Amino acid sequence: MEPFTVLDLLDLELTEQNDLDLTCIAGREGLLRAIVTPELNRPGLSLSGFFDNFGSDRVQIFGRGEHSYLEKLQVEGTIATIEQFFTHEIPCCVFTHGLAPTPDFDRIARESGCPILQSPLATNEFVMRLIRALGNVFAEHKTIHGTLIEVFGIGVLILGDSGVGKSEAALELIERGHRLVADDAVEIRRVSGNILLGQGANPALGHHMEIRGLGIINITHLFGVGSIRDNKQIQLICQLEEWDAKKAYDRIGAEERTYEILGVATPYLEIPVKPGRNIPIIIETASMNERLKKMGYYSAREFNQKVMRWLDSENARKAYLRRRGAAEDNGS
Amino acid sequence: MTKREVVVRNRAGIHARPAALIVQTAAQFSSHIEFTNEHESINAKSIMGIITLGAGYNSTITISADGEDENEAVERLAALFENRFEEE
Repeated sequence: MEPFTVLDLLDLELTEQNDLDLTCIAGREGLLRAIVTPELNRPGLSLSGFFDNFGSDRVQIFGRGEHSYLEKLQVEGTIATIEQFFTHEIPCCVFTHGLAPTPDFDRIARESGCPILQSPLATNEFVMRLIRALGNVFAEHKTIHGTLIEVFGIGVLILGDSGVGKSEAALELIERGHRLVADDAVEIRRVSGNILLGQGANPALGHHMEIRGLGIINITHLFGVGSIRDNKQIQLICQLEEWDAKKAYDRIGAEERTYEILGVATPYLEIPVKPGRNIPIIIETASMNERLKKMGYYSAREFNQKVMRWLDSENARKAYLRRRGAAEDNGS
Repeated sequence: MTKREVVVRNRAGIHARPAALIVQTAAQFSSHIEFTNEHESINAKSIMGIITLGAGYNSTITISADGEDENEAVERLAALFENRFEEE
């Protein structure tokens, strides 16, 4: 992975409730410093002169408290701790609440080449957003060959060899009102522990599909903005494969199979493809079935319970009839 | 598994036309073929995948093939890069 620099942090395309609203107010030459950890540090202790276990490789957050302390240092004319602070290689300092660094702090930061960023957000809000953003950046990730589409609210990852009909199946699903997330190259990140979040591997080239015979088509322009979305959690994996007459496919579906990506197991179905099998409808049905399962209703299991109940009652009825028949025989 | 490192020699890099050439060539082989750059690995039989790699002028790509016809597959794909995809 390429190092994630302070410049990359400024360039992150975050909007609305994720927007960090950062501007660089000093130390531009340090913008290529790498951020190596998703953790943050509030530098109160180090500013007061305690440098044991100082998390110098972290983004340093200056809120109102730290800012007032810097102002106190400015009035007193004490700069020793600030100088010591900047002897460490710090990725960047961020002032929240739109606060500005004190003249001494600003000068020493510039001399050490450390970038100073500013955000108008309140500290707690900014910290939450930054942790979320850096968490995504540092999440384990991998690019997979497949198609990700949202079907009835379920994120379905369609896997399969080239030419098996992943894109064609997705195209029909889009036609039926479902939403494309990414085709061909899906970038998957593991966030918040066990959530697999999928998105197009290249945001600049997103939402195009290659259909054999048509070439490359733009889904947003053809089907409208309602037919796409930027990212989606992967909740079901469908593997399309050529029909193999010798292979035993799942006929009942009582068994729950899973497929592991980045160590997270996701419900998994193998769907054999052959002419006459309408794959989009099967995927739609699989998604709805998956929703039922999430609500606690397992079609195959419930069906089997019905079968067993019926067999029980049938046996009881037969036994009753047999006994009655025997009693009548004796009576006559 | 056969691997070879190639360098993109045409000025425009791998845009749609070279990507189509690569995919057409790769699809003639039964081996599983992957292109890898420093960040990611993609299936060489997928045109969007190859374009997504964003391989510009002078960037390096590792071709790896796994299967019965792996040697010939790598050979033919590497030849495309050497001929600069018949471009400048």
